Amino acid sequence: MNLTLKIWRQKDSNAKGQMVDYKVTDISEHMSFLEMMDVLNEQLIASGEEPVAFDHDCREGICGMCSMYINGEAHGPDRGVTTCQLHMRMFNDGDTITIEPFRAAAFPVIKDLVVDRTSFDRIQHAGGYISVNTSGNTQDANNIPISKHAADEAMDAATCIGCGACVATCKNSSAMLFVGAKVSQYALLPQGQVEAADRVRNMVAQMDLEGFGNCTNTGACEIECPKGISLENIARMNRELMKAQF
Amino acid sequence: MSGFFKSSIGRKVAMALSAFFLMIFLFQHFVINLLSVFSGEIFNEVSHFMGTNWLIQFVMQPVLIFGVVFHFIMGFILEIKNKKAQGVAYAKNNGAANSSWVSRNMIYSGLVILAFIVLHFIDFWFPEINTKYIQGDWSGVHEGVEGYRYFHELQEKFVNPARVAAYIVAFVFLALHLLHGFTSAFQSMGATAGRKKTLQNIGKAYSIIIPAGFIIIALFHHFNHIH
Repeated sequence: MNLTLKIWRQKDSNAKGQMVDYKVTDISEHMSFLEMMDVLNEQLIASGEEPVAFDHDCREGICGMCSMYINGEAHGPDRGVTTCQLHMRMFNDGDTITIEPFRAAAFPVIKDLVVDRTSFDRIQHAGGYISVNTSGNTQDANNIPISKHAADEAMDAATCIGCGACVATCKNSSAMLFVGAKVSQYALLPQGQVEAADRVRNMVAQMDLEGFGNCTNTGACEIECPKGISLENIARMNRELMKAQF
Repeated sequence: MSGFFKSSIGRKVAMALSAFFLMIFLFQHFVINLLSVFSGEIFNEVSHFMGTNWLIQFVMQPVLIFGVVFHFIMGFILEIKNKKAQGVAYAKNNGAANSSWVSRNMIYSGLVILAFIVLHFIDFWFPEINTKYIQGDWSGVHEGVEGYRYFHELQEKFVNPARVAAYIVAFVFLALHLLHGFTSAFQSMGATAGRKKTLQNIGKAYSIIIPAGFIIIALFHHFNHIH
């Protein structure tokens, strides 16, 4: 496959970025999108140019590091996949592909396609945990009976890898799918009840402080989420926050 | 609790609560308008009651005005905040791939509805306030009109085809606004997924039947007015 790539290049967080055109040739349709980016970078390095900076780590859809807004969609046109799981067979020979960083005021660009998603970490620090005494007498989690339904729902919420596709996709740059999933995974389990009210209050407060926008229920996040996190988690977070007022 | 309404989710809830109130109001407005199709006399009686009952005039009317103004102002505030949260715009954004046009353009359907409300106030509300509160005429009658004046006024307003056309356009946008807004309000209030399908169906029925009804009523009076 021969492709034209329109890629956002930005030297550093303070620089003014711009879209730059590149050509890549002989791309195999079996390559992952990131492998195609590797080919481009090898070309750029060989010709003495600065390679395109992009986030990646596990390259198997688990770590949530790879980002990229490809042809107007987070993680590209495929569903239920991260960018590392996106294959070049999703594109056609001769295509022009637009590649941009995830956009949100709360996700500032560090360089090229790399954005700072530490705002998600700060939201997690605000309450995305349970306090457990790990002095050596920690009781077995299986001692507490949990219904299969609740356990499955909590697990579904916990599959969120915190990639930020929800924010990148949302027309309001809202982080509510992420925060909803993180609140839900504990709200559904007995271990999460003790700190439930403080957790939702603090996480929502931190989310607002980070400058994420407000959810208007377009549902775009749910469609673009590589892990299929349901909008139900946002509704649950709303209920949890209302409950936390009393 | 005041802290709650300052949070992003609290604002969503406030938006949803005002939306519920406005949807209930719209339904009762529709029912009263519908009476005008079947009987001018009953429509006159109900209109006179609504226009002169102190509870409706001095309690419900201010609450309604507050609800309308609140919903619009909060809508604008949220839109501005959300625009700010976006930062740099995408060079290419394929919104249609993951969301409906109506859900992404609530501000524009809302603006058309706001323009319609201005027209509606000029047509009905300002003359009504003038007659009752400035002229001091609470009789509900008008010289040369048999019985109460309300039905006659309603018919007169729908003579002009330009106004009827404006009403139709406005109600089409209201339908679009409701098609997303109805279920969105329930989602904001934390409605569970189990009820989602039922809510979507009720939402679709409400969003289409009520605005279509208003359009039919306008057309009915346009084609049946006294020449």
